[in-house]
Amino acid sequence: MKRILVSVAAITAMVLSLSLPTVNHARAVADGQKASDDKSQVKIDNFSFVPATLTVTAGSTVTWVNQDDVPHNIVSSEGKTLKSPVLDTDQKFSYTFDRPGTYEYFCGIHPRMIGKIIVQASGDRN
Amino acid sequence: MRRKKEDLILHNHNHDGVDRRGFLKCMAWAGTGALCVVKGGILRSYSLSDPAGLAAGAANPGELSFIQISDSHMGFDKAANPDVVATLRVAVEKINAAPMRPEFLLHTGDISHLSKPEEFDTVDQVLKEAKASHVFYVPGEHDVLGDDGKQYLDRYGKGATSGGWYSFDHKGVHFIGLVNVLNLKAGGLGSLGQEQLEWLEDNVKGLSASTPIVVFAHIPLWSIYPDWGWGTDDSAQALAYLKRFGSVTVLNGHIHQIMQKVEGNIAFHTATSTAFPQPHPGSAPSPGPMKVPADQLRSLLGLTSVEYVEGKHSLAIVDSSLA
Repeated sequence: MKRILVSVAAITAMVLSLSLPTVNHARAVADGQKASDDKSQVKIDNFSFVPATLTVTAGSTVTWVNQDDVPHNIVSSEGKTLKSPVLDTDQKFSYTFDRPGTYEYFCGIHPRMIGKIIVQASGDRN
Repeated sequence: MRRKKEDLILHNHNHDGVDRRGFLKCMAWAGTGALCVVKGGILRSYSLSDPAGLAAGAANPGELSFIQISDSHMGFDKAANPDVVATLRVAVEKINAAPMRPEFLLHTGDISHLSKPEEFDTVDQVLKEAKASHVFYVPGEHDVLGDDGKQYLDRYGKGATSGGWYSFDHKGVHFIGLVNVLNLKAGGLGSLGQEQLEWLEDNVKGLSASTPIVVFAHIPLWSIYPDWGWGTDDSAQALAYLKRFGSVTVLNGHIHQIMQKVEGNIAFHTATSTAFPQPHPGSAPSPGPMKVPADQLRSLLGLTSVEYVEGKHSLAIVDSSLA
C-alpha cells in the first residue's frame, strides 16, 4: 500500500513537472483536453482584459491573472455574478461558469476596462 | 537606421508643446507637492522644489496659502518606486523648508495603494511631521477598495456628509471636497452621482458670485484622456453650478502629472504623485506606473517651477523652465 502511494505521488509530481512548461503555451498543446485550462485564462495586462471576449463551454473555470503593476478586480457589469477581491500583481481569481449565457464584466477600479465571457452549452462545442 | 533610446517619442502629434524633453521636465515633479496661494481671488501654484518660485509666491499676511499633495500610494513597492515612504517624506521636508507656513494640506486621494489600514496609518504618521496643522482629504479609487469606502469614511469622513463630500470656508475662500471614485459603472469614468450633484447645487446656492471657490477631487473633473479613464462622467453638471462665480479653481490628482487649463472662469490643475510618475496621455500602452532609473526619480526632484496659466483656452500642460 505504501509503495503504491509513493508511486502515485511520483507520477503526480512527474505530471506536474511535465505540465508546468505548457502553461503559457496553449497552442503547443494542440487539441488536447489539458489545453482547456490555458484557454480559460484571461490575462490582465496594460489595463486590458486579454482576450476581451472569451468563449468557453458550460462548466469551465475561467481564471484571471493580474500582470499589471497596479491592482484590478473583476465585477459583473450588471447583476452580481462576478465580484472578485482586489487582485494585486500576479494574483489570480477563478470562477466556474455552470450556466450558458453572456457575462459582461469590468474592473471596478478602472471602469474603462471591460470584458465578456460567453458560456456555451456543452453540446454547442465545435 | 539606428535609433537612440532617448528618441523613442519623435513627434508631438498633439501640438501641445510637450515633447519628450518637456514631459521629462514635468516628471521632475514626482515626489513634490504644489504650493497654492490665493491672491485677489486668483489661485497660483508653485513647485515646492523651486525656491525662487516659492519666494515669488510667498503669501503676504492675510493671504491664503496651502499645499496640495496627491497620490502617495502608500504600499506600492514596484520598480517605478520601491520606497514611497521616502518620497512622501521628501515632500514633507519640502513643505517644511518652504519660506511660508501653509495653513493646511489638501490630499487629493490615492492615499493608500490597496486600502490597507497600515498604509493609511503610515501616511497619517508621515504627514504629522508637516508643519501644516491639518490635512483635508478626498478619496482616490485606491482608498475605497473592497469596502465601497467604508474604512475611508471611518477614518477621514468626520464632518463630511454620509457620502464623504464636504465643504469648508477659510479666509473668504469656499473649499469643496468631492468624491468621484465610488459607484463606478462599466465602461464609464469617474462619477459624482445625483445625490452629490444636488448637494453641490444647494451648497453654493447662497454664496455671492465673488466668493473664490476651490474644488478638489481625485479624478480630474475635466476630460483629459477618457481612453485611460482620465475624466468624470457627470462633471459638466457640477461645473455648471459654478459658472456664475468669478474665480473657480479645480484641483485634481489621479494622473500623476501636471496639467492645467483655463476654461472661462474655471482654472483646472492636476498635481503630481509623491509615489511614481505616469505616462503622458497616449504615449504608452497603458497609464500604468512609469519606470525611470531610481537615481533619476530622486535627482528629478527640486527642478521645476510651475506658474498658474491664466487666459489660455487650450489645454495648458506646463513645460516647466528648469532652474
